[in-house]
Amino acid sequence: MRRLPVLLVLAAFAALLIYAEGDLPDRGDVQAPANQHVSAYYIQHAEEEVETPNIVSGVLADYRGYDTLGETVVIFAAGMASLLILTRGGHR
Amino acid sequence: MIDRYDSLIVTFTTRLLVPFIQIFALYVIAHGHFSPGGGFQGGAILAASGLLVRISLGQPVVRWFTHSRMRWLGAAGLLIFAGTGIVPLFFGSAYLDYSGLPIPFLSGAALRATGILIVEIGIAMAVLGILLTIFDHLSGWDR
Amino acid sequence: MAWQLDIILFVLIIVAAIFALQIRDLLAAVIALGAYSFFAAVLLAEMGAVDVAFTEAALGAGVTTVLFVVAIFVTRRRSED
Repeated sequence: MRRLPVLLVLAAFAALLIYAEGDLPDRGDVQAPANQHVSAYYIQHAEEEVETPNIVSGVLADYRGYDTLGETVVIFAAGMASLLILTRGGHR
Repeated sequence: MIDRYDSLIVTFTTRLLVPFIQIFALYVIAHGHFSPGGGFQGGAILAASGLLVRISLGQPVVRWFTHSRMRWLGAAGLLIFAGTGIVPLFFGSAYLDYSGLPIPFLSGAALRATGILIVEIGIAMAVLGILLTIFDHLSGWDR
Repeated sequence: MAWQLDIILFVLIIVAAIFALQIRDLLAAVIALGAYSFFAAVLLAEMGAVDVAFTEAALGAGVTTVLFVVAIFVTRRRSED
């Protein structure tokens, strides 16, 4: 009985999400707002501008280079943090 | 902490699989322009091969991917990425604009494709080094 | 397209996630989490995002599982609650 309020809140949240899901565009919809602005430019020009048939690679490493650099810095920071925290023995 | 697991099947399977995994990882890195893949995925597969050797064959077998080299490899990978971004600044281009890299006989789109390849190699080195560093320090190999 | 396959994979993902949450043994939970990652990778590949599926299969199902297992064996294995 203690779990009843939690279940009610979760059911309400699930109902809200299912209600909102009806308005989402379909997967791969060309008319979706996310596919309106720069995606068309990438698909049309990536082949001739960066000579990479795999558009994903061209976008990740060239057009969105800052993003990928940030990701790499995040991974590097994670490694350095584990190196600092998990190394035992203190001062060497 | 992690010793060799003394089983013929595990040893034989690992020795059989690891070269193929590493060749496939290098293929994924180098062929990232033309097929799905790239630096991040290839580096993760390389790190997985290193982890397989570490957990099944133990420490004495590891000769190349030693934990003292891995942190330098991670740092060098990030440095390659950031350095590839900085070099075009000295030749009149923007940061991370690979068409300004000073590589002879290449220009325009081909130069940008070459820049992508260099950056992918840097990402792969960073991911490989950092993942193995995390594993080594988590499992207490540095002690 | 192949929406039946999508439904099957979604059900498998949810079952693996619930199993990973409910089981007491931490090692079994980690293995269930690896199965969850693998089903997610298959689902992503079926949806056409092969690059993301690559990353999910290598990092989520491979490296993360190994890191969790090592963390479990460094600490105590049984959950207290």
